[in-house]
Amino acid sequence: MAVLQTSKLYKNFGPVEVLKDINISIEEGAFLVLVGPSGCGKSTLLNIVAGLEKASAGDVLIDDRVVNDVAPKDRDIAMVFQSYALYPTMTVEKNITFGMRVRNVPRQEREEALQRVAKLLHIEPLLRRKPSQLSGGQRQRVAMGRALVRRPKLFLFDEPLSNLDAKLRSRMRSEIKQLHQQFGATIVYVTHDQTEAMSLATKIAVMSEGEIIQLGAPQELYDRPNSVFVADFIGSPAMNLIRGRIEARDAKPHFVADHDGTQVALPIDHYDFERDLRADQELILGIRPEYITSGIANHHGAVSVDLELVPLLMETTGFDQYVMFEFCGGELIGRFSSKESIDVGRPHRVQLDLSEISLFDPEAEFRV
Amino acid sequence: MTSGHADTKAVLMRPAPKRRTGRGWTPALLRALLFLILGLFVLYYSLPLFVMIVTSLKSLEEIRAGSLLGLPQAIELTSWKTAWESACTGVSCHGLKPYFWNSILLVVPAVVISTALGAINGYAISKWRFPGSNVIFGLMLFGCFIPFQVVLLPMAITLGTINLAGSVAGLILVHVVYGIGFTTLFFRNYYVTVPDELVKAAKVDGAGFFAIFTRIFLPLSTPVIVVTVIWQFTNIWNDFLFGVSFSQGGSQPITVALNNIVNSTTGVKEYNVDMAAAIIAAIPTLLVYVVAGKYFIRGLTAGSVKG
Repeated sequence: MAVLQTSKLYKNFGPVEVLKDINISIEEGAFLVLVGPSGCGKSTLLNIVAGLEKASAGDVLIDDRVVNDVAPKDRDIAMVFQSYALYPTMTVEKNITFGMRVRNVPRQEREEALQRVAKLLHIEPLLRRKPSQLSGGQRQRVAMGRALVRRPKLFLFDEPLSNLDAKLRSRMRSEIKQLHQQFGATIVYVTHDQTEAMSLATKIAVMSEGEIIQLGAPQELYDRPNSVFVADFIGSPAMNLIRGRIEARDAKPHFVADHDGTQVALPIDHYDFERDLRADQELILGIRPEYITSGIANHHGAVSVDLELVPLLMETTGFDQYVMFEFCGGELIGRFSSKESIDVGRPHRVQLDLSEISLFDPEAEFRV
Repeated sequence: MTSGHADTKAVLMRPAPKRRTGRGWTPALLRALLFLILGLFVLYYSLPLFVMIVTSLKSLEEIRAGSLLGLPQAIELTSWKTAWESACTGVSCHGLKPYFWNSILLVVPAVVISTALGAINGYAISKWRFPGSNVIFGLMLFGCFIPFQVVLLPMAITLGTINLAGSVAGLILVHVVYGIGFTTLFFRNYYVTVPDELVKAAKVDGAGFFAIFTRIFLPLSTPVIVVTVIWQFTNIWNDFLFGVSFSQGGSQPITVALNNIVNSTTGVKEYNVDMAAAIIAAIPTLLVYVVAGKYFIRGLTAGSVKG
C-alpha cells in the first residue's frame, strides 16, 4: 500500500511550468529525498503534497485517498521547515503542543506526548524557553519535536538542515536517520545537497526544471545514472565525463577519444548497453574518480587500461587526495591514497578501471 | 609660548588639519554654536506653550496690564475651573467637561474598531493573498491620500441615508472608515516582515484563519498596535472638520467646543480661560505620547520578527 502517491501532477505559475508530469509512489517506511538544483520545483512539489499549494492538474493520494481538496490539517502530515518556523511568542512547550491545543486534544494526552518527544530529542531542559533563547541546533530539534509529537502518517522536511553549520548538520543528519530507522516513519525530504540525499534516502528523486529525471535507490543512481545530469549531480567530486565515439578495434567495440592527433581507445565490449548504437556514434563516457587509481587497489577481473597522465592540480581530503589530470584536452579527476606521492607536472602511471562506466548519448544526454 | 607657536605652524603646514593635538578651540566653538542653535530652536518651540500656561494662570487684569512673557504675580486657577465647568459654548455654559467625555466616547470606540479592522485587513492582505488583494490594498492606500474636504458631502449624504446623521455613532463610523486605510497600511507593512512559513506551519498544525491571527500574529503585534493606536488617537482626538460637520448640539467633540468657547465672546475676551481650555483639550494626546512614546519609535523603526 502506498502511503504517498502522485499521479500526473502538473503545476503552472502563469505560463511557467514548474512541475511536469510528476509520478511518485512510496511505501510505508520509505525515506524519499527530492533533490535538485534550486528552482527545480522540489519545494513546490512538497508544498503541494502538504496541501499548502494547489496543483494545476493531477492527483495527490495519501493512504490511497485522493487529497487534492483536503486541507493541510486533515491530511495527517507534519512538516519541518527550513527556517524552523517556530512561533516566536510561544515557549518550546507551547510550540510543540500548539497543534494538539488547536485540535482540542485533552490535557493529559498532550502532556504525555510532550514528555515523550522531549525525551526523545533531549530537549527537556528547554521546554520553558522562547525560540529566541535557543541556538540553531536546538531550534531545529524543537521544529522536529513539533512534527514528531502528533505521530502523523507522513513527515515532510523542507531543507531542514541548510541553516546549520557543517558539523551540526552532519550530526542532525544522523539523528534524522536514526529517528527514521527507530520509528519506521514515512518521510519526504527536500534538499539541494546530494550528500544529504545519498546518506539519508532509501529512494531518491533527482529533479531538474520541474521534471523527475531519475527515481531510484541511492546506489542505483550512483552506479547507473540514467542521464548526464544525474551523473554530474550525484557524487562529489562529480563523475568524469569524456567525449568520444564508438569504434571497432580488433573486432571489438572501443570508446575512442582523440585530441591533437593522440588517440586513447578504451574497450567497452563488457558494457551492458540499454540501447542500440550506430557504428562510430558519438558518445560521452562517464567514470567515477574512485575508478581512476594507481592500480594498487585493482579489482579482481576488472577491465582496466593503464595510461600515463600529467597531474594538473591536487586536492587533499586527509585520507584521500583527488588529482586532476590533463586528458585529451579535458580533465580527469582520480582518487588516490594521500600516502602516494604525486607531483604536479610529473607524468604519473594511472589505471582506469572500466568495469563501472556509464555511456551517454551526447545530444539527448541519456544513458545508452 | 614659542613651542606653541611652532606647533601651530606645523599644523598649518600639514595637508590635513590635526585636531587632537591642536589647541582644540575650533571643535569647542562649533559645539557651543551647535548648542546655541539647538537652544534657540527649543525656545522657539516651547515659547507658545509657555505663553499658554503662563496666561492661563494670570488674572484678566494682569493679562491686560502686564507683558505677554512675564510670570504671573499670583497663580490663579479660576480660569482652569471656568474652562472645565462653566465657560460658555454658545448658549449653554457648562465648560469643556461634557465635551471632553463626548470626545472620549467617540475616540475610544473609533480607535479600537479601526485598529482591529486594520489588523485583520493587514493580516489577510499580507498572509492570505487572494486574487485582487493587491488591488484592494492599492485602493486602501489611495484612500489615505484623499483630503478630508473631498469626502464631506458624500459622507453627509451617506450618514443621512443610514440614519446616523448628527449622532456619535455616525461620527465613529466616519473616523473608522477614514482610518482603515492607515491602520491597514501599518499592519500590512508589519506583517509582511513575518515569515510566511509561520502561517504554513500553523496550517499544517491545524489552525485556521482566525486561530493563526489571534494565537500567532496578535501576540507579535504590540509595537504596531501601539503605533496605530497613537496615530489614530491623535488624529481622531484632534479632528475638527468631521466633528464640526457631522455632529450637533450636545454630541460635539472637544475640538468643536474649544472653538465655540474661543469664538463665543460676550464682552471681554477671557484669554486666560481660552488658554486653559486649549491646554485641557491637548492633554490626552500629550499623555498618550508620554506613556507609549518609546513604543512609537520602536514600532516605526523595528519591523522584523526575530524567531
